[in-house]
Amino acid sequence: MMTTAESAASARPGTRRRSRRRMRSYLIGWSFILPSLIGFGVLTLYPVLTLFYISFTSWDIFGAAHWIGIANYQRLAGDDLFRTALLNTLYYCALTIPLTLGTSLSLALLLNTKLRGVTFFRTAAFFPYITSIVAIAVVWNLLFSPQYGPVNEVLRVVGIAHPPGWLTAESWAMPAVAIISTWRDMGYYMVLFLAGLQTVPKELHEAARVDGASAFQRFVRVTLPALRPTTFFVIVILTINSFKVFDLILVMTQGGPGTSTLVLSQFIYQVGFTEYHFGYASAASVVLFLLSMITTVVLFSVNRERETR
Amino acid sequence: MTELRLDGLRRRHPASKRPAAVALRVSCYLILIAGAVGVLMPFFWMLVSSLKSPDEVFTVPIHWLPNVFVWDNYLRIWQHSGILTWVRNTAILSVTVTFLQVLTGSFAAYGFARVRFPGRDALFLLYIGTIAVPWQSYMIPQFILMSHLKLTNTLYAVMLLQAFGAFGVFLMRQYYLTIPEELSEAARIDGLSEYGIWRRIILPLSGPALASLALLTFVNTWNDYLGPLIYLRSPNLWTLQLGLQTFIHTLYNANYAWLFAGLTLSVIPIAVIFGLGQRYFIAGIATSGLKG
Repeated sequence: MMTTAESAASARPGTRRRSRRRMRSYLIGWSFILPSLIGFGVLTLYPVLTLFYISFTSWDIFGAAHWIGIANYQRLAGDDLFRTALLNTLYYCALTIPLTLGTSLSLALLLNTKLRGVTFFRTAAFFPYITSIVAIAVVWNLLFSPQYGPVNEVLRVVGIAHPPGWLTAESWAMPAVAIISTWRDMGYYMVLFLAGLQTVPKELHEAARVDGASAFQRFVRVTLPALRPTTFFVIVILTINSFKVFDLILVMTQGGPGTSTLVLSQFIYQVGFTEYHFGYASAASVVLFLLSMITTVVLFSVNRERETR
Repeated sequence: MTELRLDGLRRRHPASKRPAAVALRVSCYLILIAGAVGVLMPFFWMLVSSLKSPDEVFTVPIHWLPNVFVWDNYLRIWQHSGILTWVRNTAILSVTVTFLQVLTGSFAAYGFARVRFPGRDALFLLYIGTIAVPWQSYMIPQFILMSHLKLTNTLYAVMLLQAFGAFGVFLMRQYYLTIPEELSEAARIDGLSEYGIWRRIILPLSGPALASLALLTFVNTWNDYLGPLIYLRSPNLWTLQLGLQTFIHTLYNANYAWLFAGLTLSVIPIAVIFGLGQRYFIAGIATSGLKG
């Protein structure tokens, strides 16, 4: 691709003029980026960088920041509530990631056909993703209500005498949240999978069919391998999104019953915005940051492998 | 970019006339219809409940349709809550944020896609890198910054929060890269400046990407819960999401139907926007693979 810098360099009417032109091109480039960069730098980069500093201080709403070294991290290590939040987050990931992956891939496969009306079904699957979280919370809280809820009513009709208490029971609250989360996000990941499915070479399918491969064999041997980059990408995004899960839990259960659905982001929110221990909350934020960053590094290395292949 | 509406040509496969193929087709439809009913049921429930009389919302066994349609609920939620203020605040935020995001994103993306200068690629990597950083992990330092700037408890805080996302830059850059460079080259020879090329050549050609970005940003801002929760404390600044969530805590059984009316009202604008621009939503997500 030709760019201005290159065309300026290839014009070569004297070195001086060339470097002046190049300088101008630099300035033009920066001038395009600057408005966005100022906002981005002040509101995103700067907070991310100061996060680490704050995590080593005893900053709270009343006083100035005092450097206290790794004391916040030591406190985190011994904090049972933090451990609960971390384990709950991992539990949520363990439930949500396979469930969402399975449903969104199945949906994509089912809807990657030329059946009449397929657009309607895609729209239906995607719609929950763009619905407001508060509406989702209210409606699902009532749907899952142990006594009056339609879900349990249906379960009783099909013969389950004592259906679970869902969001009101400690052992069922997290699975219930995972189900709602899957319902909400599966359409989004389905779109990613559908995009990936368009890149599966049709000739390979034809060749496999000619060789007598069954539909299942073709799926395992042709579709899945060709879809691998998409699948991996979805897994990584899904993992990051699951690590940071917050608003859904906050409006559905507020971490309860007890602490059975308390997650990492909510721990940060509570310590930071209801107790105003900014330093301690920042240390917990660093943990969340590192979890996500490690996942992202994996994303990048896999992406690179994909590009070189 | 992927076009999800597969081509309109429906070739009749000779195979599809065989009984086995017909059976497969029928079972496919049955699964799809059952799935769609399951997925859309909560919305149906919300809509139906918003039209029930207060004591009918929680009846056992469930009434799938109201005995009497109580349209009054929609009037009541306007009268008995601050919904007018909430809608106004939400609309102000969504429109401003969308405008700023589209403007700064599409402008900066030109620099990243079409002008070469030292540090450009490193800077772009930094932008992309932060897309993967959860906002929840830096909301504390950001809040401290905003309170130093005396912006907490103002709508400006939420606007700033969302207006300079890396997402818009990324989405627009990916699209610009698909526009042939020869077009800008020709314009350059005709004496157009880089700014002129951006405004006169690139922007008019980027309609679909601009639509994707605008729609995704609008819906994200409209539905945002956490930003407003942290920054907007005064009731007169609440957004629709925040207001409705607070309204729940003031409820007694009698006006649950009103709440459902409010919820339905909060979903309708999004449903309409999505219905109109569905193609762009999906194209935007399929291109970028990331949300804002």
